[in-house]
Amino acid sequence: MADARPVLHPRPEVIYQVSTAGIGVVQRPLSIGQRLANQGGLRKLLVLVILALIWEGYARWLNNDLLFPTFSATVTAFWQSTLSGELPAATWYSMKILFQGYAAGLLLAGLLTAFASATRIGADLLEVLTAMFNPLPSIALLPLAMIWFGLGTGGIIFVLIHAVLWSVALNTHSGFRGVSPTWRMVGQNYGLSDLGYVVRILIPGAFPSILTGLKIGWAFAWRTLIAAELVFGANSGGGGLGWFIFQSKNSLEIPSVFAGLLTVILLGLFVENFVFITAEKLTVRRWGMQH
Amino acid sequence: MSDGVAPILAVKGVTLQYQTRDHLVTATYRVSFDIYRSDRYVILGPSGCGKSTLLKAVGGFIRPVEGEIRLNDKSITRPGPDRVLVFQEFDQLLPWKTVKQNIAFALTASGKLGGKEAETRALHYIDKVGLTKFADNYPHTLSGGMKQRVAIARGMAMEPEILLMDEPFAALDALTRAKMQEELLQLWDDTKFTVLFVTHSITEAVRVGNRILLLSAHPGQVKGEINSSGTDDIGSDGRPLSDRIEHLLFEQHIADRSTTHG
Repeated sequence: MADARPVLHPRPEVIYQVSTAGIGVVQRPLSIGQRLANQGGLRKLLVLVILALIWEGYARWLNNDLLFPTFSATVTAFWQSTLSGELPAATWYSMKILFQGYAAGLLLAGLLTAFASATRIGADLLEVLTAMFNPLPSIALLPLAMIWFGLGTGGIIFVLIHAVLWSVALNTHSGFRGVSPTWRMVGQNYGLSDLGYVVRILIPGAFPSILTGLKIGWAFAWRTLIAAELVFGANSGGGGLGWFIFQSKNSLEIPSVFAGLLTVILLGLFVENFVFITAEKLTVRRWGMQH
Repeated sequence: MSDGVAPILAVKGVTLQYQTRDHLVTATYRVSFDIYRSDRYVILGPSGCGKSTLLKAVGGFIRPVEGEIRLNDKSITRPGPDRVLVFQEFDQLLPWKTVKQNIAFALTASGKLGGKEAETRALHYIDKVGLTKFADNYPHTLSGGMKQRVAIARGMAMEPEILLMDEPFAALDALTRAKMQEELLQLWDDTKFTVLFVTHSITEAVRVGNRILLLSAHPGQVKGEINSSGTDDIGSDGRPLSDRIEHLLFEQHIADRSTTHG
């Protein structure tokens, strides 16, 4: 038979001796400088220091304390109002309201999600409501809240609930739906009760989504709170951070305005980058469900 | 052969159907077989023969539209810890629990054992599958083969009436698969558990099973039951067992092919 395919080319076998001699570095620890440069936190701190220096330089050059106080003046104002107890009191006041609104929002979100997970009409209700209300900024509800609940804590809590509820409910619900069918079968296989199934399979299984919902809800609530306080102002019990900023502006203490804003930033950073990151490290990252 | 001995699991004329978005699919049609204690019973068939569906029906996740499945002469109506499933998917371990917790969880959730005893038994079975060093690891740090070992350990720790394995080694590489089959047989030598094993690989069926149920494709119907000694013996017709099984499963195709050729 005539075969058009080329004949295999015969070659002798070759065996090499492998050794690590002469390669140089196989593995060595990095130098201190290289290791420091690999610390993300350190690099970000450097960025912050540079930004503060630019701020200080520009403000000195502008030389107008009413428009743009220097970084050092802001820090001084921050320090003084912290020592006088004015800023901590305002912060505490804000946090108290925030926790109330956040907790109430979570509770309602839990109830809504439970209803949505149990029945089809509940799921429809959740989807329609979130589609309607999620794009509605909480601040837009402020005028209504003022009429319904007056100029007190009630109104602020109402808008906070609105800020938290939808994102948490939506994320939790979609998290439950995304729980792997294999885990569901595992849960059923070992004869878990309904409650046990929710607590031991559904909630941990949906935890990445739930945590995302909590984070978004917190961010919305925090921004909403400061804005609402600027509008609502103080009531009998004192004022929050927003009110502190507003008051300082009224009395033309601009460094204090900046100090108030700095507090808002610091608290926001602390919760978003410390509290939630720690929660993630202890749960979803440790479990390999998020990287 | 089994006169006077009652089967552990009796599948009697079971027809299974499931719905997709626009079809009602019959997965198996009037399938009957019996499994006796300490059987390594293999369901073998091409993809789409409904073998996984059949296994899930034994697990109690799907109700037959016709026929009945009885475990120790009691009808199966829902999932329960007396029939533990081992899946093909690596994600059958709960990622938020360590290896040890995954097994202990199964024992406590089913109310079989309390906390301390559950942990002791979990460690015992982790040792059996050779993962003692990894008892406190989270599943995502394990390789595919190790995850399947944990899943098998979890199934065995439950000491169920029957262990249901749904192509547990199908997602593994060939070397690991062969090793796992060997380990499974060793574990069986140890405790002589009853296992129902689903696979589409003839070699695996011959290796793992002592009795093999052959299912035809779509819908699955019983084509026969074959005994295997695990070593692919040459039968009286001079052909190895795997050849015979291949012929039985695909004779239709082979006949079709020869007619078109001739």
